[in-house]
Amino acid sequence: MLDEIQPLLKIENLHSWYGESHVLQGVNLEIFQGETVTLLGRNGAGKTTTLRSIMGVIRKRTGKIEFQNTDLLKLPPHRVAHEGIGYVPEERGIFSSLSVDENLMLPPELAKNATTIDEIYQFFPNLLERRNSPGTKLSGGEQQMLAIARILRTGARFILLDEPTEGLAPVIVDRIGEIILKLKSDGYTILLVEQNFRFATKLADRHYVMEDGRVVDHMRSDELSEKSAALHKFLGV
Amino acid sequence: MFEALGISPNQLYGQLVLGLINGSFYALLSLGLAVIFGLLNVINFAHGALYMLGAFGAYFALTLFGINYWGALILVPLGMACIGACIERTMLRRLYQLDHLYGLLLTFGLALILEGVFRHYYGASGIPYSAPKELQGPLNLGFMVLPLYRAWVILVSLALCFVTWFLIERTRLGAVLRASTENPTLVQAFGINVPLLLTLTYAGGVALAGIAGVLAAPIYQVNPAMGSNLIIVIFAVVVVGGMGSIMGAIITGYALGILEGLTKVFYPPASAIVIFAVMAIVLMVRPAGLFGRGE
Repeated sequence: MLDEIQPLLKIENLHSWYGESHVLQGVNLEIFQGETVTLLGRNGAGKTTTLRSIMGVIRKRTGKIEFQNTDLLKLPPHRVAHEGIGYVPEERGIFSSLSVDENLMLPPELAKNATTIDEIYQFFPNLLERRNSPGTKLSGGEQQMLAIARILRTGARFILLDEPTEGLAPVIVDRIGEIILKLKSDGYTILLVEQNFRFATKLADRHYVMEDGRVVDHMRSDELSEKSAALHKFLGV
Repeated sequence: MFEALGISPNQLYGQLVLGLINGSFYALLSLGLAVIFGLLNVINFAHGALYMLGAFGAYFALTLFGINYWGALILVPLGMACIGACIERTMLRRLYQLDHLYGLLLTFGLALILEGVFRHYYGASGIPYSAPKELQGPLNLGFMVLPLYRAWVILVSLALCFVTWFLIERTRLGAVLRASTENPTLVQAFGINVPLLLTLTYAGGVALAGIAGVLAAPIYQVNPAMGSNLIIVIFAVVVVGGMGSIMGAIITGYALGILEGLTKVFYPPASAIVIFAVMAIVLMVRPAGLFGRGE
């Protein structure tokens, strides 16, 4: 009998609260090793909240978030990353009082196979020229690349990307797309939150559609055309 | 040229040095206050009382354990750091979710308790604590003679300010501290134990107050009121420098000390208020302080 493949991340019946506001109302999803999965949905559907709940940024949670058989709900917020999870937040989180270099070196290394700083600068040459300037002096696109580079340096193999293309020019969006495809081919597992539906469908293997704090639909990339009517309903695209 | 104003050079140099000494304490204390405010968002009103506790620490070390000045200079800050860590762990930590005002109230209460207890047992008069014999005697600078111990205080204070600045602005630990000041939640999500960092920061700020207390003991005597005399000036320094600014606290500390000294030479009646006059002007012109970034 073949062993059933275990998902890398398994979320079951996840509920989350911002203070009194009950945002996630029973989220279920699974991500397997090496997959790129998107969370689609309108503003306020609970996509960012799902990522924040995984990272433990939101503390008031019930249900189950299992990563490589570890229950993330039981960990204090500063231990979650050490399981090998990298988080690129929506607002990019570049620190203005830190130089580009300091931003890059801020998160602790999580694994021995971490990308070296030289490899990072090879991959993101435009950051090298700016390595001593304050992080927030960078353009929006450069900040996004810095936010991704910062996570790659830690050696995390599972990456949460929250709207990496938000507010960026089309040529930069294409560049971010190339970076994500490269990561995917290097075997990273990626959970991507995107409003940009066209961008997401070019990259991801599977898609979860969220609405009102729940996952309401699920499809593989090759099912997109037949399900487009349902998608239009949920996304209003 | 000052003779024309009826001021002798000796008087001028004397007040300058006195200003520099006071400035050394202003800088050390406002530095600790700035570091604590920057990361914990707590206005640490107990800072003056903790400085007083540092001076008493040196006195207790000598009278109870026979530990001399040099030993106290090492051990008192360590002991004070432990006390700081306890205060943060058991009390301050519970207030982070609330308005700044609650941290101020708690530390103000702590200051009153500490000072009240020491006043009860030691009265209002100072207890002498002599400078170590290695640092007794005069230091002849050519243009003036300076007590050796005072020169030592200025040097140690400058060195401590530089080390603290370097630690925060130029090391990895400092980068983590600065990042945590901006966005603690994200730093925590990157896998850094921010609550531990807060404890260490408060402990470090308290240790700085403790060292200042040991340094002050031979100059100002050990006195239960020594902290409350100073804390208001220290807050003025922090406001002028810009809340939370490290460089601002250091430079403003020395500058206002010197300004106060000079005022004593040129117009003595104003010397008690000159720092607050500067504070009022800075608040009107640059509310975020001279080195503050503002909101």
